[in-house]
Amino acid sequence: MSTIGTRGTLVEINLSALASNDAAALALRRRFSTAGTKVANLISSPGTGKTELVVRLCEEASRRGVRMAVLVGDCATDNDARRIATAAPHARQIVTDGLCHLEAAMVEAALEGWELEEIDLLVIENVGNLVCPSGFDLGENVKVALVSVTEGEDKPVKYPHLFSSAGLVVITKVDLAEACETDMEELHANVQAVNPAAPCLETSAKRGTGLAGLLVSLIGGEDVQGPLSVDSGRWG
Amino acid sequence: MHELSIARSVVDEVAAAAFARGFAWVSGVRLEVGSLCGVIDGALEFAFELAAAGTPLEGACLEIVRTPVRLWCPTCLKVVQPAEDAMFVCPDCGNSCGELVSGRELVICAFVGQVSAAAAAE
Repeated sequence: MSTIGTRGTLVEINLSALASNDAAALALRRRFSTAGTKVANLISSPGTGKTELVVRLCEEASRRGVRMAVLVGDCATDNDARRIATAAPHARQIVTDGLCHLEAAMVEAALEGWELEEIDLLVIENVGNLVCPSGFDLGENVKVALVSVTEGEDKPVKYPHLFSSAGLVVITKVDLAEACETDMEELHANVQAVNPAAPCLETSAKRGTGLAGLLVSLIGGEDVQGPLSVDSGRWG
Repeated sequence: MHELSIARSVVDEVAAAAFARGFAWVSGVRLEVGSLCGVIDGALEFAFELAAAGTPLEGACLEIVRTPVRLWCPTCLKVVQPAEDAMFVCPDCGNSCGELVSGRELVICAFVGQVSAAAAAE
């Protein structure tokens, strides 16, 4: 390993390596808090079923009078935003042009023209990726890690960076558990192993299972924040 | 490849901090990286070299200091280091530990500032 040596002047600064993103996220968190908007940052691998879940969640929110908006990040195309727009009046795509995660400045730019006071719940569907997005604070109240029953029971322990930092874990596609011979107990145990504190919800977008509970978790006053994210995720 | 975003941010922050203190060049940066950040040293070093090109940090060396995962065990009432970074289990009593003491750090600890390019190249 290289060392920076002592030639020249050593200056200790002890500054976050992502100070600029952290500052942008803090500004967003203050805006969300002032407007009374709850914000969830959804992170999972591609194919977990985030978009379908978000569409169904929009419908659930609409039925319950919760005003929900969605930002969805992808490397390319606005396919997901067009899908979600069928269920939510406020849905926007963030195209990252290949970048593997969303950053706070992208969220800030994407919010332009929206009145946050008119939005009760903002769901940010991050770029499908289990490693990169977890370190970038978006000003959210809660970071949600999702895993589908089709991905294998050990996904949470294979990707602890995300699952250990989530305030809420959501298992998707539970309607397929039997067909996939998923051991649900083992999946829950693996979530528990890397994040003993986070609540873990089972959902099926196809059948509507767990949507009401998820909505309540995301908008409710109940603290669903895990103890592991020190800065991000507190209810504002 | 979030290492490139991290490297760019580090270069921006250090360049600003160096400029504010009157340094023209930076020859080294010390970065603390927690084991739970999902950062690969080699990828970060590579990205840092790219991000530093054409800035006052060009050619600067990056010293990565790894911080291990440490947990508070509510059963043993002490800070423990798990056998595996990812498994939040006390190595002594085997009970789960939810409270992270360290492991998620991503901090620019220090840099070495130079007044001129010649000094930085030494």
